Amino acid sequence: MIRLRRACSSALLAAQLAGCSGNWQSALDASGTSAISLKHLIILIVAVCSLVWMLVMVALIAALWRSRDARPASPEPGRERRLTVAVTGAVVATVLIISTFTIMSFVATRALSVAGRDELTIRVRGLQWWWGLEYIGPDPTSRFETANEIHIPVGRNVRLKLEGLDVIHSFWVPSLAGKQDIVPGRSNELTIRAEHAGIYRGQCAEFCGMQHAHMALLVIAEPQADYDTWAATQRQAAARPTDEETATGLQTFLAKPCAACHTIRGTSAAGTTGPDLTHVGGRRTIAAGLFETTRGSLAAWTADPQTIKPGNNMPMVPLTPDELRAVSAYLASLK
Amino acid sequence: MNRPVAAPDTRDIDIERTRLTDALAETWKTPSGIWGALATVDHKIIGRRYIFTAFVFLALGGVLAALMRIQLAQPEARLLGPDRYNQIFTMHGANMMFLFAVPVMEAVAVYLVPLMVGTRNIAFPRLNAFSYWIYLAGGTLLWTAFALDMGPDVGWFAYVPLSGPQYGAGKRADIWAQMITFTEISALAVAVELVVTIFKQRAPGMTLDRIPVFVWAMLVTSFLVIMAMPAIVLESTSLILDRLVGTHFFNPAEGGDVLLWQHLFWFFGHPEVYIIFLPAAGMVSTMIEPFARRPAFGYLGLVMALIATGILAFGLWVHHMFVAGLPRLGDSFFTASSMAIAIPAGIQVFCWLATLWDGRLVFKTPLLFIIGFIVTFVIGGLTGVMVASVPFDTQVHDTYFVVAHFHYVLIGGAVFPLLAAIHYWFPKLTGRMMSEALGQWSFWLIFVGFNATFFPMHILGLEGMPRRVYTYQPDLPWHGLNLFISLSAVILIAGFLLFFINAIRSARVGEVALDNPWDAPTLEWATTSPPPSYNFAMIPVVGSLHPLWDDRDSLAVANGLRTDRRELVVTTLAAAEPQAREASPRNSIWPLWAAIATAIMLIWSIFSPWAVVWGSVPVAVALIGWFWPKGAPEDES
Amino acid sequence: MREKIVLDLAKLPLHGMGTASVTWWGTLAFMLIEGTGFALAIAIYLYLMSLATAWPINAPPPDLLPGTLVTLVLLASLVPNILVSRWAEQQDLRKVRLGMVIMSIVGIVPLVVRVFEFPALKVSWDSNAYGSVVWTLLGLHTTHIITDLVDTLVLAALMVTRHGRNPRRFGDVQDNAMYWNFVVATWLPIYGCIYWLARL
Ligand code: HEA
Ligand code: HEA
Ligand code: HEC
Ligand code: CUA
Ligand SMILES: [Cu+2]
Repeated sequence: MIRLRRACSSALLAAQLAGCSGNWQSALDASGTSAISLKHLIILIVAVCSLVWMLVMVALIAALWRSRDARPASPEPGRERRLTVAVTGAVVATVLIISTFTIMSFVATRALSVAGRDELTIRVRGLQWWWGLEYIGPDPTSRFETANEIHIPVGRNVRLKLEGLDVIHSFWVPSLAGKQDIVPGRSNELTIRAEHAGIYRGQCAEFCGMQHAHMALLVIAEPQADYDTWAATQRQAAARPTDEETATGLQTFLAKPCAACHTIRGTSAAGTTGPDLTHVGGRRTIAAGLFETTRGSLAAWTADPQTIKPGNNMPMVPLTPDELRAVSAYLASLK
Repeated sequence: MNRPVAAPDTRDIDIERTRLTDALAETWKTPSGIWGALATVDHKIIGRRYIFTAFVFLALGGVLAALMRIQLAQPEARLLGPDRYNQIFTMHGANMMFLFAVPVMEAVAVYLVPLMVGTRNIAFPRLNAFSYWIYLAGGTLLWTAFALDMGPDVGWFAYVPLSGPQYGAGKRADIWAQMITFTEISALAVAVELVVTIFKQRAPGMTLDRIPVFVWAMLVTSFLVIMAMPAIVLESTSLILDRLVGTHFFNPAEGGDVLLWQHLFWFFGHPEVYIIFLPAAGMVSTMIEPFARRPAFGYLGLVMALIATGILAFGLWVHHMFVAGLPRLGDSFFTASSMAIAIPAGIQVFCWLATLWDGRLVFKTPLLFIIGFIVTFVIGGLTGVMVASVPFDTQVHDTYFVVAHFHYVLIGGAVFPLLAAIHYWFPKLTGRMMSEALGQWSFWLIFVGFNATFFPMHILGLEGMPRRVYTYQPDLPWHGLNLFISLSAVILIAGFLLFFINAIRSARVGEVALDNPWDAPTLEWATTSPPPSYNFAMIPVVGSLHPLWDDRDSLAVANGLRTDRRELVVTTLAAAEPQAREASPRNSIWPLWAAIATAIMLIWSIFSPWAVVWGSVPVAVALIGWFWPKGAPEDES
Repeated sequence: MREKIVLDLAKLPLHGMGTASVTWWGTLAFMLIEGTGFALAIAIYLYLMSLATAWPINAPPPDLLPGTLVTLVLLASLVPNILVSRWAEQQDLRKVRLGMVIMSIVGIVPLVVRVFEFPALKVSWDSNAYGSVVWTLLGLHTTHIITDLVDTLVLAALMVTRHGRNPRRFGDVQDNAMYWNFVVATWLPIYGCIYWLARL
């Protein structure tokens, strides 16, 4: 199985990945601007509620304790009045606390929706069970497609246009921001901003069928310069085969049904049912966060996607061992 | 069949006690044998059946929960594949909500409400029989489909498009939709019966301020059922239409809308959770009295809290859709209304605390469950308040945090009171006491097991674990807690198992119960344990909220009813002044035929729209048979 | 426990009429259920309308004639309906029998016109969401006419049997009349919705 934690530490950005050793998909390990403010809100509300619970428990325990004394049987006006005062006081306190919570939520909600100027826009398509990404630049030439791995520059607002095509999914990278559903027929948006460089894992949060459990994605926040390099690479067409094996791999890929579903820019493969594979070898994981990308995992996936991720939309395409070796070598070379 | 109308000798006036009870028993009896059992309209027999069936579904749903916990104990476990797992969690949720939690509360009410208001049978007893058969048919349909690998797999709220014609292959989503239709018909029927029983059949003198709190709770609940269930009936019908005849309600490409589904579902779904909780709260308010040995503090406050919750319940539904992309500031309105629910909930909690504070407590099993209920329900309610905050919810929606919230309110908030109620009313139901020792053991196992199982889920949710995942990858830091949860679930299950053993054993060999073993103040304890078929030999006359405490050795009653026909008293809505000696229908097999005809029509309509046309003919025939007068004394007027 | 008799109920009638009858309350409760259902169906209509860029979607507005005819027939039917209810209250068996026959016929007429109403919608249920919702509204109301008609027919038959002469039956007739009023009353907003909102 995959060792993503190890993948992290061996990654290029190892130096900045302090967060990676802890919870890298956690609302409590916040690195995004809105996740940080949400975390503060969460801690505050949880703290106040815990206090309320403890007060209720104190009252309960005291009541149980008291019952050891013999007490007069019938209610008597004086005691009833004191109880009424206590109950009324508690209700008034409740009203005050929930009013405060409501105002706090209202303020925090407004802060979430006015996030400032967006500097990068990405179209995120939620599909059964992977993520299609289209980077929308200022001009048509700077657009490019990729899948399952989002790179963003640190400290910049990134606007995600969430588009549903099949069923409902939900975009959620807890360390960066709260979730937002992707609803067919509706255009939702979410703005994220990473305060620190790092790799943040996210996972589809709305039940979307068979492989809802394996619909993850990575967000890689890196310094602007690194991001620019990455984006430049992504814009390029796929690397040409450099040796005989990868050349055979490409040919097999084009000859088999693969090309009907996948795009590899620079080749004749232009399918759109599956993820864009132009730079698949350069992505950290394949199949929506299921495996670390290696030649081996690519081969295993291609050989039998249905056993590895039952029910997913990629069929098993029969290949001879040689073809399989060649295809996986080729895909791995697509950095 | 030509009896003299109201001949004096058929009255209960001035006749010897045994002659009176013999005559009543003859008039109200359920004949022995299969036919008698199928034709009975006795609310106690049907109520017991209903309760028993609901607990069978609890056990079945619990077994599914156990399977899920085994699967989730380790990362990438292979016990269940995604297809099975998705069916299992859907079945668990749908079964627990539609076949256990809602029906069990109504079942208890079917049994208790007529006794608590001092009447002889529920209003529309044949409808009551029909409702049970329909419920049984719905449950059987769901579980048979599951056994045939056709169980729904789209979650208990079956969001479109996943459940729609394009993505929900096979008949799985149709099974879900039709199971809903069955359970809604039965729930609506019971709601109507309860409303009319509570409005019109209260014992003379039981004015509005002398109605036991549990009965109030059932009245409010019944209105919630009446106003909320039509939403989901419409919804499941439109889903079936979309799937079967190609309508486009939920298809955005043709002017339909995906979120319409969510609005309709939660317009029903939120009241639904109070349909489960309010009866439980009513049980607590009623049971706390004998165990605190004083009247519940703040009757008016408790009743008003129930009504307020019932009204607010319809203004909250959007809090399940905070991340669906509706306008954010509109969402904030629903934050405010959701938080406002804390006020009536708080009023009730504080009143219970005040009652305990001032009471002389009797630490028997029901009280233990009530205390356990207060401890856990407040946690669940407070996490409810947390998720009611829009920004908070964007992080925890659809995670295990929400799973923790709703199990705290459902189990801590509703099942704990229910278990208390079973221990408490068991003597009335069966004539025997449940074992106190086993009861206390099961309480501690369930209480500890429950908290150990569900508390860590809050943390898992905050740590990013989504719900409805059949597995998770080993490099995610959720492994330890999941294992702990699954192990704790073993304690919880052991507790439930002990409870079941206790109940089954006690029903057969338990200590024989007195009429009023807990020295309780409400009318159901004024008759024998278990009550005779006619409930009360003479209808009680009520002068206060606690009739059995005011006068401990005699009961005010009314006479003048006939013994040769099933007769009960109809009273006015507010003041409960007698208006008529109304007849209550006799046993009849027709409700069963009607239920069978309806079931055939509904199941058939999963496959063909024509079923509605042809299937309605036998339904109409059965209904005519049901209502056609048979010239029995009950038809006299 | 000892029983002490404090009240004698022997003088009460064997059956209560109107608000003293449980069936009356039951009918009311069912009307509340169905009324909620109608209200929600209309809410769905309004909701879909608010989302659409043009309404009706890809269809002309429905023809007014058959729907308006049904409305007139239904409104006119209120007269005999209320009369039957009054006769039932007076327990006048002969008039009630006659009235039930009239109401059976009056119940069939709108159904006949309804047959022409569906094509007058000028859209099919499976062309788009607009078609789906108007067909559903109309279908829902039609089932209510049918159920009440069947009920009327059965009651009419019952009234001519020996069971007819019974205050209970007169109560049933009144409840049935109340239900017909409800069927008429719910039609008005649906009529406005289907025929007039689509012309705004
Ligand atoms: C018995 C069932 C029950 C009950 C009683 C409740 C009670 C409440 N619930 Fe819960 N809820 C569910 C069952 C229930 N819920 C279910 C099944 C779901 C999930 C459905 C699904 O997605 O599958 C759900 C989901 C759910 C959500 C959606 C979460 C999400 O999907 O992201 C929300 C959001 O607002 C919510 C809120 C509340 C609130 C505010 C209450 C309030 O009523 C709680 C009020 C109680 C208290 C607050 C405690 C007592 C009060 C005091 C001691 C006074 C002091 C208090 C304060 C000062 C705050 N619930
Ligand atoms: C009243 C309602 C109710 C009740 C009582 C329960 C009871 C339990 N629930 Fe359930 N649950 C829901 C309502 C309920 N649940 C709902 C609505 C959902 C959402 C579904 C969805 O997402 O669509 C859900 C989802 C849900 C999940 C999340 C699944 C997912 O998202 O992937 C989990 C996971 O742990 C879970 C666990 C449990 C457990 C361990 C119990 C235990 O308390 C059960 C204990 C009881 C028993 C075990 C039965 C009695 C015991 C015996 C008869 C002994 C014999 C049994 C054995 C030997 C196994 N539940
Ligand atoms: C019918 C369509 C279809 C065909 C044919 C197909 N694929 Fe795929 N492929 C998919 C889909 C859909 C996915 C996404 C699966 C998922 O993650 O759920 C995918 C995923 C992949 C991935 C992982 C990409 C990533 O970024 O995670 C690789 C690699 C891949 N396919 C290679 C191939 C090869 C090689 C072939 C031919 C031998 C092939 N595919 C044939 C549909 C197809
Ligand atoms: Cu996509 Cu869950
Ligand atoms: Cu809710």
